[in-house]
Amino acid sequence: MAKDPIIEVRGLVVDLKGNRILNGVNLDVYRGEILGFVGASGAGKSVLTRTILGLLPKQQGRIDVFGVNIDEAGEMQRQEIERRWGILFQQGALFSSLTVGENVEFPIREYLELSDRLMTEMAITKLEMVGLEPDVYRKFPSELSGGMVKRVALARALALDPEILFLDEPTSGLDPISAGDFDQLILTLQQVSSMAVFMVTHDLDSLHTICDRIAVLGDGKIIEAGTIATMLASQHPWVKAYFHGVRARAGPKTAARN
Amino acid sequence: MTAGILLSSQTRGDWVELSAAGSWTAEYAGAIEPQVEAATRDVTARSIAINITRVDYLDTYGAWLIERTMRLWKSQGREARLVGLREDYRGLFEKVHGGTQTLSPAPPRPNSIIATLESVGRTMASVGADLALLAQMLGSLLVAIKRVASRPTSFRFTSMVHQLERVGWRAVPIILLITVLIGAILAQQGIFHFRKFGADIYVVDMVGVLVLREVGVLIVCIMVAGRSGSSYTAELGAMRMREEIDALRTMGFDPVEVLILPRILALVIAVPILTFLGSMAALYGGGLVSWLYGGIQPEVFLARLREAVTGTTFEVGIIKAPFMALVIGIVACVEGLQVQGSAESLGEKTTNSVVKSIFLVIVLDGAFAMFFASIGM
Repeated sequence: MAKDPIIEVRGLVVDLKGNRILNGVNLDVYRGEILGFVGASGAGKSVLTRTILGLLPKQQGRIDVFGVNIDEAGEMQRQEIERRWGILFQQGALFSSLTVGENVEFPIREYLELSDRLMTEMAITKLEMVGLEPDVYRKFPSELSGGMVKRVALARALALDPEILFLDEPTSGLDPISAGDFDQLILTLQQVSSMAVFMVTHDLDSLHTICDRIAVLGDGKIIEAGTIATMLASQHPWVKAYFHGVRARAGPKTAARN
Repeated sequence: MTAGILLSSQTRGDWVELSAAGSWTAEYAGAIEPQVEAATRDVTARSIAINITRVDYLDTYGAWLIERTMRLWKSQGREARLVGLREDYRGLFEKVHGGTQTLSPAPPRPNSIIATLESVGRTMASVGADLALLAQMLGSLLVAIKRVASRPTSFRFTSMVHQLERVGWRAVPIILLITVLIGAILAQQGIFHFRKFGADIYVVDMVGVLVLREVGVLIVCIMVAGRSGSSYTAELGAMRMREEIDALRTMGFDPVEVLILPRILALVIAVPILTFLGSMAALYGGGLVSWLYGGIQPEVFLARLREAVTGTTFEVGIIKAPFMALVIGIVACVEGLQVQGSAESLGEKTTNSVVKSIFLVIVLDGAFAMFFASIGM
């Protein structure tokens, strides 16, 4: 795997309502890897993700996405970046007034000039790639179950074949079997398209089975980053408690990859 | 990156080989599609091979365009082959190849006349259902009142005071402003037209009777429906969407008692007060214009007003207020509880709430007019 960073965060400081949430975060996401991102609830995982995505302002530091400093990027460059990433929000964030098909076609329609036929076919291809029946195409998001909403949202995030996919707790709210299926789905899709995946998660199974690397956020900084072996060997009290707690189980990644 | 191209037709006996090159990615998919169609349309050979050795980049878009061509070919009973598939794209092709694309055809659109008739029919039927829902809400409200009366400590007094502040106290400035203007406009129009036959002074009668009997309460109710009714609907709707109402129910609380009763009671208390304030403000506005524009001195205005209106005139207006508040509150809450999962539905129900409550307020006003006429008030 080439060590080619897709996202570089350096010395990031973010304040929220007068509280310093992030205080000097350094983080790299490399091309083609699955990075699991963990931290205590309220540690600022979402804040970091939202800052990278440009949804929150930052006080200091720099963020490079695809080698472009996002502060210096012009309107066009910014759009170019947004075309190349896909985001799966925790609740799916499907547009409730559009059908599933229109949701998936939405970014395609905005960014690419395709014939209607090709657009429909691509939307169905994406839906089938995430394991849904083509017939969900005409349904509305309110008619879908929680697991299906996540899959449709994933299909929409993948609509433009992004180079990096952001996932915000993709398996939360799914039963363990569906969660496992979803993990495997992300892994297959990642292998097929060799995109990078940035995954905020609390699911230890996901961390064990599909993540190449894990970064831990605490006290406003990245306190540990590395493979699952690094995590298990870490002496940091929070990391130790997290990976050696009652809920932690050993399950080497290689076993599940087969 | 260079745009993807499809070079056509090296014929090798029975075989036609199409060779693809460049980037077959989302960015160029729009440009590649016509090439693919053109290149495959004219081929008459029985067998086709697509050589993708010289493709630099491939994503699902490119893979699907190639897959689509092969499917078309095979569906015509011909032979299709893929040549030069790189190992790292094999997974992608298998994924795309696995798709069935079997979208069942869209249900046929009904004839537009029939569709219009159907929608009219459904709307008419829904009017009946709406009335039933309003009656049902009134019923549950009465049940809730009875239950609260039997154990008064369970009444959400704080909640009611909070709502009273929102729909009553905070509405005062805007209600005063609007009713002053309405009173002023009525007086101005009256003076302008009555002056032609020297009946300026009767403006006082007109403004007094009109404001106290009809306009004051109507304007206030329309304002309240738009301002507070809509916010009730949106609030209850959002609560329903986030399952807060289900949560209340499962904890053994009646949403009507906890959420709706305090809101409607607050309206029933606030609207008569606002009507009183609004009517006074309208009279003030009317008096001001009569003085400045019509030259009717304030003392004359007041003396004339005393003759023109009686206690009954005022009572007729103010008696209607609590009933109208009840209608606004019930409509707003019924609509709020009907919100479904989507943001669109929330918007639709909020609109419905305002439109229906204003409509019903005016209908009710008409009914009151007939009632008061028949009892001679």
